[in-house]
Amino acid sequence: MMLLFRLNGQSVEVETAPDRRAVDLLRDLGAPHPDVKDVKEGCGTGECGACSVLVDGVHRLSCLMLAAQLAGREVVTASGLGSEAAPHAIQRAFADHGAVQCGFCTPGMAVAAAALLQDNMAPGREDIRRAISGNLCRCTGYVMIVDAIEAAAGKMRSDPSALHEERVASRKAAKSSRKATMPSRKKAGKS
Amino acid sequence: MKVLTPRELPELFAALETPGAHMLAGGTDLLVRLRAAEREGRALPQALVRLDGVAVLRGIVREADGSLRLGAAATHAELLAHPLLRQELPELAAALCELGSPPIRNMGTLGGNICTASPAGDSLPPLMALGAEVELASLAGTRRMALSDFITGPGRTSLKPGEVLTAVIAPPARNFQVRHFEKVGRRGALAVAVVSLAALVRLERGRVAEARLAWGSVGPTVWRCPEAEAALMGQRLTLTALGRVGAIVRENVRPIDDIRASADYRRQVAGNLLLRLAVL
Repeated sequence: MMLLFRLNGQSVEVETAPDRRAVDLLRDLGAPHPDVKDVKEGCGTGECGACSVLVDGVHRLSCLMLAAQLAGREVVTASGLGSEAAPHAIQRAFADHGAVQCGFCTPGMAVAAAALLQDNMAPGREDIRRAISGNLCRCTGYVMIVDAIEAAAGKMRSDPSALHEERVASRKAAKSSRKATMPSRKKAGKS
Repeated sequence: MKVLTPRELPELFAALETPGAHMLAGGTDLLVRLRAAEREGRALPQALVRLDGVAVLRGIVREADGSLRLGAAATHAELLAHPLLRQELPELAAALCELGSPPIRNMGTLGGNICTASPAGDSLPPLMALGAEVELASLAGTRRMALSDFITGPGRTSLKPGEVLTAVIAPPARNFQVRHFEKVGRRGALAVAVVSLAALVRLERGRVAEARLAWGSVGPTVWRCPEAEAALMGQRLTLTALGRVGAIVRENVRPIDDIRASADYRRQVAGNLLLRLAVL
């Protein structure tokens, strides 16, 4: 089928089998679209949250979705929350709080945090723990992750307009930098 | 596999006529099972018929007699977000709050939890205690039956080929003062129930006039204990009385050992969970 959807602010049009798992599709979109490798597959059975994505703003698991279920949807992954130049408050807080150990769970955690903060700008630590209860960190670095999400919430509360500007800026930055940065990243990977 | 996305019921029924068609609700169980089947070289369906596009299968409606009609393809999160659920069906809300994890609740559906018919299905004990009915529809028409008749064994239901579970009907239960659900799992979230208990108790002048007790994960399907319900009649909900009835539960329950817990542990906890009903 020809599948049309929006991914991290960009329109995507891709030929795919309708029963392909969304996680496989996203990680291997093929040219001209960049592969979205921040979506990880951990357990493949819905128990670890590493493949978390936002679909129309709802936290879902891309290992338990079919390509056909993305048609017409707005998909946001961790890399779509912000960019290196203009990181989302969650991304900045994860870096600042050392909430990343091996990093495998991190994109899923960031997506779970984003889902929480869009509904609840002032979550308590228990709310945060509940929101990430479907995301496993096998390094067990949960305390820093909860700290980071709490700090991101604080940042967003104190300056909600910054968040919007950040997102707009990050989208613009992503658009303009994608072409420039992609080839050089590939080069770096090979050397 | 083809993937079909009907929008209306007639379209859905037509799609189910496709040879080798299988319904796809939230996918949180089915897609895991299909992946295992694929790995093991077992046959896959030829087509998956999505229920998530059929709007009429979502939402909650209050019926003329005060019953609540819950759309079978509504996700757990959609039901939890509906004010009527917490107000009118607190035991079901308590169960859905603890079902899976946030993303699983955003994907999994009430109808899926029922049709999967797991002995540990979290929605099943509260729905059984409520005396819920299921509505089944197909090209041949619509029928209704008690949920307790619909689920015939672990993973087995009375759903006929071409038939869809369209709604769950929960009768009003406002005259029960004690409404309770508790799940014991190996951890606080994303846990399969080791034992769960849903209870509805109606009191008259402080004494039990009607008790409905439904346990999950202690038998092949939700387990009721008429002996315990009878023993509670006329009692006050004291720890002493509930402790006595707990002993009756332990005498009658027949759980099994599995990877999550031993039969002995389940038997003990099945009785202990009653103590939470103590109001005195």
